[in-house]
Amino acid sequence: MSVVEAAEHTAPPVVRGRSHKRNKRSTSVALAMLVPAAVLMVVFLIIPIFLTFGLAFTNARLISPVPARFVGLDNFVRLFENETFWRSLLNTVVFTIVIVPVQSGLALGLALLVNAKVRGTNFFRTVYFLPVVTSMVVVSMLWLFMYQPDGLINVLLAKVGITGPDWLGDPNTALFAIIVLSIWQAVGFHMVIWLSGLQTIPGELYEAASIDGASKWQQFAHVTWPGLRQTSIFILITITIAAFSLFTQVNIMTQGGPLDSTSTLVYMAVFTGFQQQQTGYAAAISLVFFALVLTVSLIQRYLTRDKEAIR
Amino acid sequence: MLKRTARLLATTFVAASLTLSVTACSKGGATSTQAASGGTQTLTLWTHNAGNKGELAAIQSVVDDYNASQTAYKVDLQAFPQDSYNQSVVAAAAAKKLPCILDIDQPNVANWAWAGYLAPIEGMDDILSKYLPSTVAKWNGKTYAYGYYDVSLTWVTRESILKKYGIRVPTIDQPWTGEEFASALAKVKASGDFTYPADLATGWTGEWWPYGYSPFLQSFGGDLINRTDFSSAEGVLNGDAAVKWGEWFQGLAKDGMISKKSSADPTADFINGKTAFLWNGSWTAVPVREKVKDVVFAPPVDFGDGPKVGGGSWTWGYSTGCASPEGALDYLKFAAQDKYVAKVAKDTNNIPTTDAAAAMVPGFEPGGENDVFRQYSKKFTVMRPETPGYPFLATAFTKGAQDILNGADVKKTLDQMVADIDDNQKANNFFQQ
Repeated sequence: MSVVEAAEHTAPPVVRGRSHKRNKRSTSVALAMLVPAAVLMVVFLIIPIFLTFGLAFTNARLISPVPARFVGLDNFVRLFENETFWRSLLNTVVFTIVIVPVQSGLALGLALLVNAKVRGTNFFRTVYFLPVVTSMVVVSMLWLFMYQPDGLINVLLAKVGITGPDWLGDPNTALFAIIVLSIWQAVGFHMVIWLSGLQTIPGELYEAASIDGASKWQQFAHVTWPGLRQTSIFILITITIAAFSLFTQVNIMTQGGPLDSTSTLVYMAVFTGFQQQQTGYAAAISLVFFALVLTVSLIQRYLTRDKEAIR
Repeated sequence: MLKRTARLLATTFVAASLTLSVTACSKGGATSTQAASGGTQTLTLWTHNAGNKGELAAIQSVVDDYNASQTAYKVDLQAFPQDSYNQSVVAAAAAKKLPCILDIDQPNVANWAWAGYLAPIEGMDDILSKYLPSTVAKWNGKTYAYGYYDVSLTWVTRESILKKYGIRVPTIDQPWTGEEFASALAKVKASGDFTYPADLATGWTGEWWPYGYSPFLQSFGGDLINRTDFSSAEGVLNGDAAVKWGEWFQGLAKDGMISKKSSADPTADFINGKTAFLWNGSWTAVPVREKVKDVVFAPPVDFGDGPKVGGGSWTWGYSTGCASPEGALDYLKFAAQDKYVAKVAKDTNNIPTTDAAAAMVPGFEPGGENDVFRQYSKKFTVMRPETPGYPFLATAFTKGAQDILNGADVKKTLDQMVADIDDNQKANNFFQQ
């Protein structure tokens, strides 16, 4: 701030030159303000990413007196021959494909409900948002108890005459169980984002639509949904990235089992990197993960690009 | 310097980006250097006992006694939570800030000694010859750490159960055979009196799996790795004996003898009569005795190659980063006295390592109610393989055993475990120095 003021005081009285100089000044101010964030990004994000690129081609170990050696593509060859890797990749993709539409759809439904102008919406907003402020670790522990063969869920199912499976112990249901809990935990967050999008849509549009005789569905399809375009892109990309990095639930509830049915890429990277001390191998997994997320994000960016703006 | 920084950064990055124990790393940077003040040298001591009141207080009292006994050194105790302890030590080693004295989980000793974290203990052979062998951690012929106590494994059951189903009461000289045990489980199962006849505490994770279940494998005649030169698991982990073990282990779950994932508190389930036989550590004796009057702590089953239990618990050693090895050794010698062994073992309900200390701990004196555990430990202990590759062996075994329990093909899983283990041994040049 003081820099800007100082710039104005010392600025020469020539109008054109002044604005030119001021532009230059404000650029340097902007740069100065950027520095702290940029330094943090470079030190804790950019450099580590490049280090991972390097480590992935070595046999670096977490604990070893022997210095790391360049091993070329060995780690990747081993990785692509590893059945657990393909299973983890499949699980990660399945998880993402289910989570993205279901979670964003549910969140939109909830947002529309709590956006209704009736009494008590604040109460429901709070209730739906509560799981989000609860740590995922705590949520996982609670659901771990609920999913036990004689846990809450199976007791409730038994009341209506259904014998529930051993949710987390059965390879056929374990991933599904984790998907349900993940949606329950995160849906409130995206509800709030949808809600903020909904509230930017001017009320006059709805009034005009209802005067034109549009039904509720037509209002949603032609007023609400187009008005939420930017919000939906944001939600799509954030949910996708969050879904890809599934780890906490798996680490606490199943440790990747039974029979790799809940193993994910991030879980596998942590497991091999820390428990098995294979830093280089874990870096290779992280690199594959990085490439996957980058590719999917780029495709999404391309598909959701603003076609109007390009024209 | 650049290389070291890069490695440090890399380690930190993997930790941070993979969202694991960022806090542990920053903790690793805690001050651990030795500062001389007025002729007294400070020795930093790290323990995993934060949150474990009884043991922490016992260690603190040893440290206090030592500090009061002389003026040359002052030991400064710093306690860490067990969950992040190993990561803290690894991070400290990467930052060259290892504490002087530290406790180490016994199976990690070889790995850390190989990595150059630990310095060999010298001049204590006389004292340590009186210790249970399983509490003295050796690697490559050198002693790196010693522990105050060990734990043993046991089948917990009730006399009334044995009587009701006509099962022989086993003794240390005549434990159950594999067939006897199988028929006992079948009888109990047929009665329908219990949710599951047995409980192996399958709900626990981590080190419990190799500690608790590799003795079964060894009793069948298999092992985690060939111990002659620790270079390969071929033949011992996927041989006939190991396959028999795998089929037995898988069968327990398939036939409904055990739960594939038992609850977090199997001891409570046993006390409440949900299970008839509980496979557990000697630590469970105290809570069980409170509620179950006719409890029997039976020896491990002999599946052909003799009954086996795991061995080795937390041990003490000193680091290569210690500015005053003499001071560290002085402390380790002081702390190895029988009275401290007795104190720590008593406060943690574990098996004291020396005969003299056992006589001082109620229940562990010869013929005492806990003496059986000491006998099991003396007679049946098979150490977890003392190789720097152990942490990998442990994870490979855990994953394989879990898959087998969940119905994976036994022979195929064992072959995969062997391939992974051999790959790792080879990738590390068989841990030669």
